[in-house]
Amino acid sequence: MDEIKEGIEQIECDVLVIGGGTAGPMAALKAKRKNPKANVILLDKANVKRSGAISMGMDGLNNSVIPGYATPEQYTKEITIANDGICDQAAVYRYAEECYGIIQELDSFGIRFQKDNNGEYDVKKVHHIGTYVLPMPNGDTVKKALYRQLRKSRINIVNRYMATRLLTSGDRVAGAICVNTRSAEFLVVKAKAVIMCLGAAGRLGLPTSGYLYGTYENAANSGEGYAMAYHAGAALANLECYQINPLIKDYNGPACAYVAGPLGGYTTNAGGDRFIECDYWSGQMMQEFYDELQSGNGPVFLKLNHLAEETISEIERILHIVERPTRGHFHEGRGTDYRKQMIEMHISEIGFCSGHSASGVYVDENARTTIKGLYAAGDMANVPHNYMLGAFTNGAIAGEDAIDYAADVDFAAFDEADILAEKTRVLAPTRRDDGVPPNQIEYKTRRLVNDYLQPPKVTAKMELAQQRLAEVRDDMNNAMYVSNAHELMRSLEAASILDCADMAAHASLYRTESRWGLYHNRVDYERNDKDWFCHTLLTKGKNNSPTSRKEAVKPYIVDIADDEKDAYNHQRVTAAE
Amino acid sequence: MPLAQSSTSVPVVVNDDLCIADKGCTVCVEVCPLDVLRITDMADGRKTAHMEYDECWYCMPCEADCPTGAVKVNLPYLLK
Ligand SMILES: Cc1cc2nc3c(=O)[nH]c(=O)nc-3n(C[C@H](O)[C@H](O)[C@H](O)COP(=O)(O)OP(=O)(O)OC[C@H]3O[C@@H](n4cnc5c(N)ncnc54)[C@H](O)[C@@H]3O)c2cc1C
Ligand code: SF4
Ligand code: SF4
Repeated sequence: MDEIKEGIEQIECDVLVIGGGTAGPMAALKAKRKNPKANVILLDKANVKRSGAISMGMDGLNNSVIPGYATPEQYTKEITIANDGICDQAAVYRYAEECYGIIQELDSFGIRFQKDNNGEYDVKKVHHIGTYVLPMPNGDTVKKALYRQLRKSRINIVNRYMATRLLTSGDRVAGAICVNTRSAEFLVVKAKAVIMCLGAAGRLGLPTSGYLYGTYENAANSGEGYAMAYHAGAALANLECYQINPLIKDYNGPACAYVAGPLGGYTTNAGGDRFIECDYWSGQMMQEFYDELQSGNGPVFLKLNHLAEETISEIERILHIVERPTRGHFHEGRGTDYRKQMIEMHISEIGFCSGHSASGVYVDENARTTIKGLYAAGDMANVPHNYMLGAFTNGAIAGEDAIDYAADVDFAAFDEADILAEKTRVLAPTRRDDGVPPNQIEYKTRRLVNDYLQPPKVTAKMELAQQRLAEVRDDMNNAMYVSNAHELMRSLEAASILDCADMAAHASLYRTESRWGLYHNRVDYERNDKDWFCHTLLTKGKNNSPTSRKEAVKPYIVDIADDEKDAYNHQRVTAAE
Repeated sequence: MPLAQSSTSVPVVVNDDLCIADKGCTVCVEVCPLDVLRITDMADGRKTAHMEYDECWYCMPCEADCPTGAVKVNLPYLLK
């Protein structure tokens, strides 16, 4: 294994789904069920059985809109407010309307959701205004249940192929180029429609531990989705709104407010005092978190040690078996007992992710990108605060739309030269005798991201980032060296990470007005209310580097009253309380 | 630029007495999302799984899915 082999194979399908984590399996299932005769391929760089953010399951749905608890109007309103008002509501509203049906479907797959004694869904309040968090008592089985459905529906699964570039033809998608992660053999997939579900760009910043794979996101999600969309000419939205999360320090996994919050846990400073009103992860909340960390009151902790024994055991039971089950090992190693000590928290490295923020490939309410036949869903598509249920629901929406699109079109012809060019790019590090290994290229890129691009954002620092990153790119293009196919995968990841870093710098410099708390805090600019209310869209410019423009926010379909707009702006607990 | 090898202590440990790679098992290698486990020949000619690359998300599928309980996931040293 891992020997580099020369080889290239070409296959065809109606719909190619790239990324078999959360959104991808649902997209493939829905496409196939709508047209059982169609050929649907689900391709992943890992093994779909255990790939993606939900590989070990999840403890609950963060954002379910369940009749009796919340309405699509209410949810759309809250997400709009939580996003500073910069939100195309149509996609959020459509998600809110359709997610309840998806919950019922997941239920029919054998995934259980918590019910109260009356048999009603037992939804918990974590957000500032509404009630949307639904625990999953057998959440550890999510991925297995999905996988069973994929087998049952005879979805064609291709594991251990990493997609590296999309093929296009004019303004249409034509397929994708993929590389085997264990042999470096190429696979060209011609497709009438392509759905990208490659997750977040989770290896953009460097965790404070310095361990490249100690990220919040599944470390397989290294930003190819963003890079591929960019190189294909699709628009990416609001990339300056990074994902930054409050996490267990060093462990770098969630603690997690969504589990502990409803059971009475909360975030405090070193004195054990509450300093934020609401533990829901928003930019404003992260700004308060950051300020407290920097202040004499820091560091920040999650406090559970005031809770009753049975509550703590319940929290432990959940946190130590699903999502990031090594949490238990970590606390044990440090001698942290939830009953006695508080849990030290920190803010994460930056990433792109719409699941927890709003940075993603620009899509409409049908999950369509700006390229015909190309869809995006899940963490990499810019439907804000979409989380797991958003990945499932928007994956479903993409699958159903893509299969209809594919029925009406023929394959788009692409230029064979594009394949040759990609082969040359991919294999370049195998053609040298020595040089810089991909882990050093990656480490340096991510260290520069931390030094210069994480907020608070300063113009001169970000310009320095651009210079330094250009030097790293030069080294990557001319001196990167790999000795086997596994390292070749890492070298391709390093390239995606560098593309994402360039996009992060460009998008952050372009929007001079601060927005959304810590996420895009431009400290050397005053907030300017006149120019601020818009999306920013980034595309690949004529000179092969990023270019940005402003895009108007679409007219709201759910009105927000003036006195509601600020609900997320006041996160700090005031002295009077 | 010449290359040097530098050592690293890896977080995932396989008990080779329990591992049944010899019977053709590759489950942990297949499920790992970072693709960092491999099967290797031991001095006595038997096979075992082991961590080949120190690139681990300490996520646990390898431990959870191993049919014989041979895999133990520890935290990478840098963050534990
Ligand atoms: C630690 C953690 C805890 C969370 N907790 C919760 C929670 O409690 N509740 C909740 O609602 N949400 C939660 N979320 C968010 C939720 O899990 C995600 O929003 C959702 O799972 C994202 O789905 P996705 O399909 O976009 O990405 P993923 O499920 O991560 O799938 C992406 C897939 O793409 C594949 N891939 C990547 N690159 C390539 C490539 N180049 N070629 C081919 N394949 C590729 C990957 O292998 C992976 O399978 C959590 C997320 C994390 C990371
Ligand atoms: S899954 Fe267990 S038994 Fe199978 S190869 Fe891995 S360690 Fe050995
Ligand atoms: S813990 Fe996760 S990343 Fe590490 S070896 Fe096991 S499956 Fe792979």
